Amino acid sequence: MEFLAYGAFFLTTALIFSLITLGLNLQWGLTGLFNVGLAGFVAIGAYTSAILTTPDDAARIGGFDLPILLGWLAAMIVAGAVAAVIGAATLRLRSDYLAITTFGVAVVVQLVALNAQGLTGGPFGVGFIPRPFGSLAENPIVFNFANLAIVAVVTLVFFLALEHLARSPWGRVLKALREDEKAAASLGKSARAYRIQAFALGGAIMGLAGAVQAHFIGFIAPENYLPTLTFQVWTMLIVGGSGSNRGAVLGSVLVWAIWVGSGAAVSALVPTDQQARAAALQIVSIGVMLCVILLVRPMGILGGTPKRKAPAEPAAGRP
Amino acid sequence: MRSSSGPPEGRPTVLSVRQAVKRYGGLTAVDGVSFDVGKGEIFGLIGPNGAGKTTMFDLVAGSVAPSAGQILLNGVDVSGEAAHRRIARGLGRTFQIPKPFPELSLLENVLLARQDQTGERLFMNFLAPGRVRAEEAAARDKAMDLLDFLLLKRLAHEPARVLSGGQRKLLELARVMMADPAVILLDEPAAGVNATLLEVIIDRIRAINERGVTFLLIEHNIDMVSRLCNRVLVMASGQPLCEGTPEEVSRDPRVIEAYLGGA
Repeated sequence: MEFLAYGAFFLTTALIFSLITLGLNLQWGLTGLFNVGLAGFVAIGAYTSAILTTPDDAARIGGFDLPILLGWLAAMIVAGAVAAVIGAATLRLRSDYLAITTFGVAVVVQLVALNAQGLTGGPFGVGFIPRPFGSLAENPIVFNFANLAIVAVVTLVFFLALEHLARSPWGRVLKALREDEKAAASLGKSARAYRIQAFALGGAIMGLAGAVQAHFIGFIAPENYLPTLTFQVWTMLIVGGSGSNRGAVLGSVLVWAIWVGSGAAVSALVPTDQQARAAALQIVSIGVMLCVILLVRPMGILGGTPKRKAPAEPAAGRP
Repeated sequence: MRSSSGPPEGRPTVLSVRQAVKRYGGLTAVDGVSFDVGKGEIFGLIGPNGAGKTTMFDLVAGSVAPSAGQILLNGVDVSGEAAHRRIARGLGRTFQIPKPFPELSLLENVLLARQDQTGERLFMNFLAPGRVRAEEAAARDKAMDLLDFLLLKRLAHEPARVLSGGQRKLLELARVMMADPAVILLDEPAAGVNATLLEVIIDRIRAINERGVTFLLIEHNIDMVSRLCNRVLVMASGQPLCEGTPEEVSRDPRVIEAYLGGA
């Protein structure tokens, strides 16, 4: 029974990660936007929903006690709007500049969360975030499965929506822009407009994932949103296969399993006084997994077509 | 320069270039070029290397902005507009080195060129999926017809990277036709194409022209220019040298001198 409850808990966390990875796949896999600050967007979503839905708290602004769904919607809107602004400001620049900018934004968001105590609770974070099935909490199995169900539904909805978009004329434009921007412009497609849309939608999905996770755990703090999170999600996407939504979900579950498994191994095998240090082995284990995948299957487990191909064969068939 | 002849009578002007100038630092690549192209013409732009043809082409295509002068499409000044707005104004282009989207299928390549697609608006894919599907089905039929017209139909579902250089030029023609342009700019369509395929390309340009589409053609291949174009503008050192029918300009001593040396 305990095992079942734990399994549900594990899958819930993994599926929340896959929601973030799906957002990254839209930005990177489909559009080629290099976002190395995704932890910032997750944090924005988490804090937005937390501030809006927690009960009134004298120690900080906020605590509006709003319904959870409203908090999730606001998380998407705020994270998406921030992404749109960053995108509008930087997407004309080359991808490496976008990478630096997003990294900077993530650091800023994290520092604001840490220091704007009046809004975010500072290092103590925000507690008492309402949980969707809080009334079921005495029965861990029912509670965990209820959580899993809601997270699974949210992930499935966005998975299907993103699959639909990837096959739509809109997704076709994104692929075209990734392959040849000048040719796409000659056909009337504005690279800037489409990239901002993809970046904003990806950011909104990351924000939603942050909010869902906040309500699932009930407590958030700035150290949840360090660059480690960005690294984990990137590994999930690369392992699963960049460009594939199925790959994004599969990679998330696999990498999270390695993360949790290596954590359990460390606590079982390493003496208590050394465990804090040995925790770094979790990151090592993910790094090793990343290397293995890149060596064995560079496009990821369910990866799409390679970005670079050998030079075209002359004339597969003459007309 | 001989008096500019202008489009033959009875043809309304669709593309007009007025005193176009493009300077790059101290170099003036295009220096006061003017010409008018009438509806249904095939207008050639020729000249020796370094004459400024490519810059002139880029000015009309919108990929560079003029330092002075105007580009008018159907009477509207588009000089300051970004390249991606040209096609909605009725001006399509091809590239000297073709730019297909290599990982997309030929069909997808052509479908991308359709203008005003409901499904290219993000949320319409969820708000009006039926309309998107219906438009897509109609566009697919049209794209297959165009691929058939350009002898590429049986490769429709192959990725564009499998095409030969000449086939890529045909694909670009199909793609630009999908947007129903009034004017098509062709950047050296004969370059790097074998003789057989060149005949196909010439034949298809003629057929498209007979449907009322106007062409502006930049080309080194004088044979192709004299077979296709009704009027030609010769450029040298960034300036217009002379304008007329292909026979007229090929007899002009200044043109011969510009091509065969001298300065």
